[in-house]
Amino acid sequence: MALERCDVEKIAHLARLGLNEADLPRTTDALNSILGLVDQMQAVDTDGIEPLAHPLEASQRLRADVVTESNQRDRYQAIAPSTDSGLYLVPKVIE
Amino acid sequence: MQWEVVIGLEIHTQLATQSKIFSGSATTFGSEPNTQASLIDLGMPGVLPVLNQEAVRMACMFGLAIDAEIGQHNVFARKNYFYPDLPKGYQISQMELPIVGKGHLDIALEDGTVKRIGITRAHLEEDAGKSLHEDFAGSSGIDLNRAGTPLLEIVSEPEMRSAKEAVAYVKAIHALVRYLGICDGNMAEGSLRCDCNVSIRPKGQVEFGTRCEIKNVNSFRFIERAINSEVQRQIELIEDGGKVIQETRLYDPNKDETRSMRSKEEANDYRYFPDPDLLPVVIESAYLDDLRTTLPELPPQKVERFQSQYGLSAYDANVLASSREQAEYFEKVAAIGGDAKLAANWVMVELGSLLNKLGVEIDQAPVTAEQLGGMLLRIRDNTISGKIAKTVFEAMAAGEGDADQIIEARGLKQVTDSGAIEKVLDEMLAANAEQVEQYRAADEAKRGKMFGFFVGQAMKASKGKANPQQVNQLLKSKLEG
Amino acid sequence: MHQLTLAEIARGLADKSFSAEELTRALLQRIHQLDPQLNSFISVTDDLAIAQAQAADARRAAGETGALLGAPIAHKDLFCTLDVRTSCGSKMLDSFKAPYDATVVARLAAAGTVTLGKTNMDEFAMGSANESSHYGAVKNPWNLEHVPGGSSGGSAAAVAARLLPAATGTDTGGSIRQPAALTSLTGLKPTYGRVSRWGMIAYASSLDQGGPMARTAEDCALLLQGMAGFDPKDSTSIDEPVPDYSASLNGSLQGLRIGLPKEYFGAGLDPRIADLVQASVKELEKLGAVIKEISLPNMQHAIPAYYVIAPAEASSNLSRFDGVRFGYRCENPKDLTDLYKRSRGEGFGSEVQRRIMVGTYALSAGYYDAYYLKAQKIRRLIKNDFMAAFEGVDVILGPTTPNLAWKIGAKNADPVAAYLEDVYTITANLAGLPGLSMPAGFVDGLPVGVQLLAPYFQEGRLLNVAHQYQQVTDWHTRAPNGF
Repeated sequence: MALERCDVEKIAHLARLGLNEADLPRTTDALNSILGLVDQMQAVDTDGIEPLAHPLEASQRLRADVVTESNQRDRYQAIAPSTDSGLYLVPKVIE
Repeated sequence: MQWEVVIGLEIHTQLATQSKIFSGSATTFGSEPNTQASLIDLGMPGVLPVLNQEAVRMACMFGLAIDAEIGQHNVFARKNYFYPDLPKGYQISQMELPIVGKGHLDIALEDGTVKRIGITRAHLEEDAGKSLHEDFAGSSGIDLNRAGTPLLEIVSEPEMRSAKEAVAYVKAIHALVRYLGICDGNMAEGSLRCDCNVSIRPKGQVEFGTRCEIKNVNSFRFIERAINSEVQRQIELIEDGGKVIQETRLYDPNKDETRSMRSKEEANDYRYFPDPDLLPVVIESAYLDDLRTTLPELPPQKVERFQSQYGLSAYDANVLASSREQAEYFEKVAAIGGDAKLAANWVMVELGSLLNKLGVEIDQAPVTAEQLGGMLLRIRDNTISGKIAKTVFEAMAAGEGDADQIIEARGLKQVTDSGAIEKVLDEMLAANAEQVEQYRAADEAKRGKMFGFFVGQAMKASKGKANPQQVNQLLKSKLEG
Repeated sequence: MHQLTLAEIARGLADKSFSAEELTRALLQRIHQLDPQLNSFISVTDDLAIAQAQAADARRAAGETGALLGAPIAHKDLFCTLDVRTSCGSKMLDSFKAPYDATVVARLAAAGTVTLGKTNMDEFAMGSANESSHYGAVKNPWNLEHVPGGSSGGSAAAVAARLLPAATGTDTGGSIRQPAALTSLTGLKPTYGRVSRWGMIAYASSLDQGGPMARTAEDCALLLQGMAGFDPKDSTSIDEPVPDYSASLNGSLQGLRIGLPKEYFGAGLDPRIADLVQASVKELEKLGAVIKEISLPNMQHAIPAYYVIAPAEASSNLSRFDGVRFGYRCENPKDLTDLYKRSRGEGFGSEVQRRIMVGTYALSAGYYDAYYLKAQKIRRLIKNDFMAAFEGVDVILGPTTPNLAWKIGAKNADPVAAYLEDVYTITANLAGLPGLSMPAGFVDGLPVGVQLLAPYFQEGRLLNVAHQYQQVTDWHTRAPNGF
């Protein structure tokens, strides 16, 4: 099933990527080409096969409940695009 | 049309860990913005989460307490969406394989019956930060101190049929998590937050109506009001020929109404998938067996025991068991004082109104359980009367010391020496010779009332310290005599 | 001095033939002089390097020893390096000075290495040609018109051009092994979980693994020794002891069972590469190895599965680049959505955006089972193939790449064409196995690599085979003209 331009727009919105109008046809073609490659999977018989999420199939290690971090706000905010009074600034959030 | 209300709740409880669920940042409430936001909490490039064992323990404790299946192979998944208070662009949560599966909780209804509410699941996840909307020249400010605080999201079945039932359920969850010591239950600070899924359907209809989700209701009172106003809105809407649309709404306590949340209107596609940075959490049966032995006695068992062991009424038992701290306080008083009913009375009535007046919780009570128990001993051995005890209690509350110290210092010890009481009575009767005459002339019916007068005078003369039973007895024989 | 390997440098520093500072200054000068032809560095960290070299000399003077004390290296520019720009080859992170050190960076620094700089790479490690970097394409020192491979193309080109003896790389679908092959280096992708991912900016978390790139297996052993080990900060790090890799180099290959998967020698493989691979097999046979033909029947499904799993994980991993806390932020966003869309649309290059969209689509409602879950099932089939194969052989050998390094720009029109270049390397990432590429000759002056794969945690075995091979061949000693 090939993606249409509107599908690509929807995906780009989900991924919050501002696409160039002019690039849309090219992007749509490229995605369809990749999905064409990916769709070769559908021919593989995977009945009864458990999905493998991690190669080594280990289990999660747990951390002791100890506070190990101290306040590093100034250091971390030195690389932030926009801050004020210790807060990260973004365009107004409307709820 | 008769409408039936259907309510399901999602309760987010912040787990009372020292550090965050995936980082070593503190979880203290109310710190300066972003001072508790580490590299991990900020979602810096290259950082990785490591799971806090205490969050796992607490979730398991909850699961055991609601008799749930524990997900012995549970998996963290990423819930993907963009929002400024969500630093990574995804929330680490659990989807297909949560840590706590199906369980249930019994709630006591006002009519005295008990209703069992099904709990669908409870899963671990990380809390988001906060957006502050004060005007920074048209911007919002983001504080990520709360980001990464461990949450246990408890999802109920849609089995509640009124706002009152919903509140009773939330209260039961609130009591339970505090009993378990896994959440401080501080709703004002957002430690326990509730999303209410509300729908209505004609009575007798099997299918559910379209539901609305009221987000983040943060007090028992508001839960009841939010649900009632939403129910009213839905009824009016349908009866006016309209249709409920599935959406997220926000309760405005000032207007007592819910309104649609524009920001959440857009249909979300969260693209859940197993978090590749975290491995499946495996919980061994032996671990659960050990944990089970650490479970405290929970409210239902406690209520039952209070009735059978102490002979308390169901009402008293429920009140006393409503919080772990109160139950412990009561039991300590009863053990020291040696009389459970007396202890129950004092804890519920005198202590209750004192705490109410001071606006504090029982763990900050100015009178300790040891002090109150000690005072009950003095009531029981007749050192003081119940009436004097109130004076002693007030003095203990004012910080004057233990009951014995206060009785001693203020000379409140009850007089039980008959000779001494007789002396007081003789003096009192002599001073009221006229009334004695009248009493003796009066008929049986009038005497009752007049007798009370003499008792009052006698107690007054003894500054309340004469033993009331002895006063009665001696006075009767003197007047009749 | 630039011809020295890490092992030779260790000996030179130990016998005081030169100091770390002298060596560092010489290499920095060489980088400044020659790298403009290659574009292999994004940042050259002169001051840091000299300070580290002086510190290493001081430590040595105080009696400390160690194979990596004073060893000059560079890091692929996705390893976070404290207060140094860590760009991931992206405009998105052009201004990002990392606020912390990656575990790999910290461990190697503690061992006394000297960081000469940060190497160029495909943007966010997405590419096989090092053409998608915001900082421009890297050129292959063997032929400046050709690509060096990717995504660790900067590390590969720099080491191949003798700008320095070794560098770190990362490998998600072949990004160490493929550029190593195309530039005549030895490169090792360790077992998933062997090297900490803390501070290694993620592309696809369940596939990414850092590893060494050098000219010899001996040097890879030295560098891996400094990189590997359990890290409590990485939940996927494995708590297994790290063997002495240098000690494993000298074992005999007598009786070593080498499996040649027939699927690796089918259509699509350049026959000239096939001939060189067969020649390397002959050399190994002379060393006592026994050759067996094996089958990895699901190999052909690896690329489709990879191009679901990697983009899916990437789409989520790259959501944090939103212009709020670090990195690129668009000018004058008019609202929140505009901030996100323009910061990401302007900050990410086109290949990164394509993969984010593929991944977003593969995870979206209604497609998850058909794409993501299906790919994870194929992933298990591929792992099962290897488990079965390793019942009968000790290592698996084949070509690293189906083709020689192509001309810059030759595969730009169709992204899928470049994806197919990863056909032999991707399976090791899906299965989490260690893999190594070693130089095995030249075709038309362009290098050819041979890939070796081994069971989990047998990096030592891979290094052993490569080292023994390098004792009887000299491909790894050849230098490109002009370097």
